[in-house]
Amino acid sequence: MNFLNLTKRNIRRTPYQALAALMVMFLTFLVLSSFLLLATGSQQILNYYESKPQAIAFFKDGTTMNDVKAIQTSLEKTGKISKFKYVSKDDALQIYRDRNKANPMLLELVTANILPASLEISTYTPEDLKPIADIVKKEPVVEEVVFPEDVVASLSSATRLIRVVGGGVVLFLISFSILITIMIIGFKIRIKRDEIETMKLLGASNWFIRMPFIFEGIFYAAMGAFLGWLSSFLILWYFEPLLLNNLGEVAAIIFPIPIITMLLFLLSNLFVAALIGAIGSFIAVRRYLHI
Amino acid sequence: MADGCWKSRVAIILSNSYSLNNMVSFQNVSKKFTTNITALEDINLEIKKGEFVFLVGPSGAGKSTLLRLVAREYLPTSGKILVDDKDISKLKSNELPFYRRKIGFVFQDFKLLDDRTVLENVALPLHVRGVSDAEIAKEVERTLKLFDIWNRRYLFPKQLSGGEAQRTAIARAIIGKPEILLADEPTGDLDPETAWSVLQLLVEINSWGTTVLMATHNKEIVDLQKRRVVSLKAGKITKDIKEGGYSH
Repeated sequence: MNFLNLTKRNIRRTPYQALAALMVMFLTFLVLSSFLLLATGSQQILNYYESKPQAIAFFKDGTTMNDVKAIQTSLEKTGKISKFKYVSKDDALQIYRDRNKANPMLLELVTANILPASLEISTYTPEDLKPIADIVKKEPVVEEVVFPEDVVASLSSATRLIRVVGGGVVLFLISFSILITIMIIGFKIRIKRDEIETMKLLGASNWFIRMPFIFEGIFYAAMGAFLGWLSSFLILWYFEPLLLNNLGEVAAIIFPIPIITMLLFLLSNLFVAALIGAIGSFIAVRRYLHI
Repeated sequence: MADGCWKSRVAIILSNSYSLNNMVSFQNVSKKFTTNITALEDINLEIKKGEFVFLVGPSGAGKSTLLRLVAREYLPTSGKILVDDKDISKLKSNELPFYRRKIGFVFQDFKLLDDRTVLENVALPLHVRGVSDAEIAKEVERTLKLFDIWNRRYLFPKQLSGGEAQRTAIARAIIGKPEILLADEPTGDLDPETAWSVLQLLVEINSWGTTVLMATHNKEIVDLQKRRVVSLKAGKITKDIKEGGYSH
């Protein structure tokens, strides 16, 4: 009879404790998976905005390519620019047409003349954006400078908040799960005291007695991790159409979630589960199993 | 002078062979549980390899404590216990399981694991030793047939009669081929006929060379067996008779 069989027997003998342990682990890992998904999703959205042209300088009519090049040269000297992209009036019209192809009325009203040429300017960091925008604004050929400062700022703070709150809640739940594992494994050790005494007298080594309890703790955590992971992705799958409708083009960078990402989530959950189960049951064994 | 040398050499050889033949040796052993309760006091006892010894005495005399000291469940408060010439008090915790594999223990209340079948209970000592499943299956079948409980192998302890349960417990105790068998009131809860059959099993096990220490209250069995009887009273040995009867 191997350790796994002994573990299976331990679990079968006390189904209510097993269920309680599983439910706590499930809750922990559902929250952990959900926060991981939120943090990853918001980080991806943030990355998207950060990698997009941060500032767009719209030029007055009559601006020449030489004027644009002069601006590019002066901006490059700052060392803060990662990329430029010039969008001519014709390019702007094409973009407009692509975005509004479902609405022919809007297409009829717009020509290339009424759309301004623009320069999309990417910086290495969002912090560099404002000083660059200030420089560009001073150029006489520039009509207006827009940049999604507010979006990036609020996304950055939302991502930070998700990380801090999520991290705090997950840490709390992990501690709670470890304590529950200690309690349940400790309880099981107590009700099996006579059996443990007998096994000791039969010459069972310390690890022969300890291992089934440690495996049991790991089993609860691993099962909870798997169920939590599965549920979080099922919830996300359920809300996918809603998110696609509301997030627009940003949703396209999140969905569909690649299989490899889902498996990485599962692996990280299982890794944390192994740690929780092993730490909890090991403490219980050290605390309650006096061999 | 030469004669004296020869005699002393013989004396040395005899004392060495005596020491080599000792399986268990208690040397001035005392066991106190609290400052007020003395379970055993200044016990000196030598048990040879292959010997069958009855431990008799009233309840609380210290019989079970003596057996548990041999099993190293307890440590002596003072004195030394040598098993196979090794001081068992000095065993490290990782050596203890290996020491206990040399010992079989039979209890009055059987101490069978309720959630395991007869077969699983008897196989347990081999599992803890890491014996292969094929070897375990072969050995368990042989032992269960020997103890006439093969047809009970899939039953749980609660489904067994007292005699069957004790036979299972003895089968479990001896399957690992222990050098010492400690039996603590093994016939205590059994009817006379079953008690007698259990004793016959222990005698047979002893005939294979296993040292047997049996604590008992069963006067009839002790008187009929005519074996070594060590009487205990209030933690002290009061009698140690080679072919004794039940008296303390």
